Amino acid sequence: MKKDEVPQDQAILGPWQELFYAVDEDGRYVLAPSRGWEAATVANLQAWEVIAEEMEQALSAVRAGRASPLAFHMARCQMNPRLLSRYVGIGWWRVRRHLRPAGYAAMGSDLRERYARIFGIEAAELDRLPEQVQLPVPRVDEL
Amino acid sequence: MNGGDLQIPFRHRQAAHCESGTIANLLSWAGLEISEALAFGIGGGLFFGYFPFVRINRLPLVTFRKAPGAIFKKVVRRLGVNFEVRKFRDPEESMAALDAILERGIPVGVQTGVFWLPYFPPALRFHFNAHNLVVMGREGGDYLVSDPLFDVILRCPRRDLMTARFAKGALAPQGRMYYLEKVPERVDLAGAVRSGLGEVVRVMLSIPLPIIGIRGIRFLARQLEGWPARLGERKTVLYLGHVIRMQEEIGTGGAGFRFIFGAFLQEAAELLDNPRLAERSREATEVGDRWRDFALQGARFCKGRDDGASSPQRLAALLRGCADGEERLFRGLRGDL
Repeated sequence: MKKDEVPQDQAILGPWQELFYAVDEDGRYVLAPSRGWEAATVANLQAWEVIAEEMEQALSAVRAGRASPLAFHMARCQMNPRLLSRYVGIGWWRVRRHLRPAGYAAMGSDLRERYARIFGIEAAELDRLPEQVQLPVPRVDEL
Repeated sequence: MNGGDLQIPFRHRQAAHCESGTIANLLSWAGLEISEALAFGIGGGLFFGYFPFVRINRLPLVTFRKAPGAIFKKVVRRLGVNFEVRKFRDPEESMAALDAILERGIPVGVQTGVFWLPYFPPALRFHFNAHNLVVMGREGGDYLVSDPLFDVILRCPRRDLMTARFAKGALAPQGRMYYLEKVPERVDLAGAVRSGLGEVVRVMLSIPLPIIGIRGIRFLARQLEGWPARLGERKTVLYLGHVIRMQEEIGTGGAGFRFIFGAFLQEAAELLDNPRLAERSREATEVGDRWRDFALQGARFCKGRDDGASSPQRLAALLRGCADGEERLFRGLRGDL
């Protein structure tokens, strides 16, 4: 890749630029900043689409009374019961129980705090779910 | 707890890849001035492996570099430098240990999970737990962080850094931190470069497993052709997108580390006074361009813009082109050494 071919496509990374190795006019390798490359961005956004689908499934399960709000936050934070249980420091079977509405309702305030901290929100916000799934990135078809 | 402010005079350099960037910056701080590309090559970082039976988020593992931590280990051994490496059970104890080393005026490398680093672009905040960075001071309640993927020195709150150092799941860092104890007076750079090169040639050409090295690339090409029939279109798109991400997402320097390797070969040509390696560097660039072409066409397929040029058969042919180019490159290198 030549230095002047280093892609500067639409950025999903904000102001930040990553570095590429590219060849200058004299054939020397130099470090060249890049705003982003569409091919890499498509692959990245596709990974987010999978996360979005899991969030949507969790959201409708919560609304249908089949799952507790934890299911949504767990999907939002790209976790599964096993990983979440390691962060909260309890057995994963207990997490499974808390993912059901009844188990969730029976949870003490200490556990609510611990879950909320992992999810990066306040305990009071656990029950507040969005109308629609939102991602920190644009959707693939918006590119 | 956290003591007063302090900042170690540490030269921050942005790099393409976190592990080789971190170690190059730490060695340069200690007076052994080396580039990221040189660290990557000495560590024998270049690799290819396709492991369909190992799953990451239900997708098969594909990697263009050695396992996390392996580059670090090889660089340390080949240059004969002494790093103290420590792991912890208790997060508070790990932060106290970090503070104690910083107070001695020594910058500290730490392994972190990027999901917990607040300064990371949200688009990249996945659960990847082998991200390396250097802690180089404290300010207020925050740590000053030289993260090789960023162009400036950043601040990271203590609690976030602690969480990131104790990220859970695959490749959990367990508070892993490392710092330079001693750099020898004389370092055999040329010898280290030769060892690194030899390792890459051996791994890419001669490991008797069909999923590693150039045979691994051809294996992936064969698999890719079979994906639409075996998995259906949706999963084919996901699998292919995953390969492209591993190849091109942040931290590879482009083309799945093939361009960093090209830069390394160029430096190696001078260090070993061997102009043939400069010729190999051009070959590596050309191989990298083939990989970029594969990613470009693959992304077209993923976006549903396949006009025949990006069918799985054509993509597999591009991959075989990459394998052929790499076979020529590494056979040539084997003769040069």
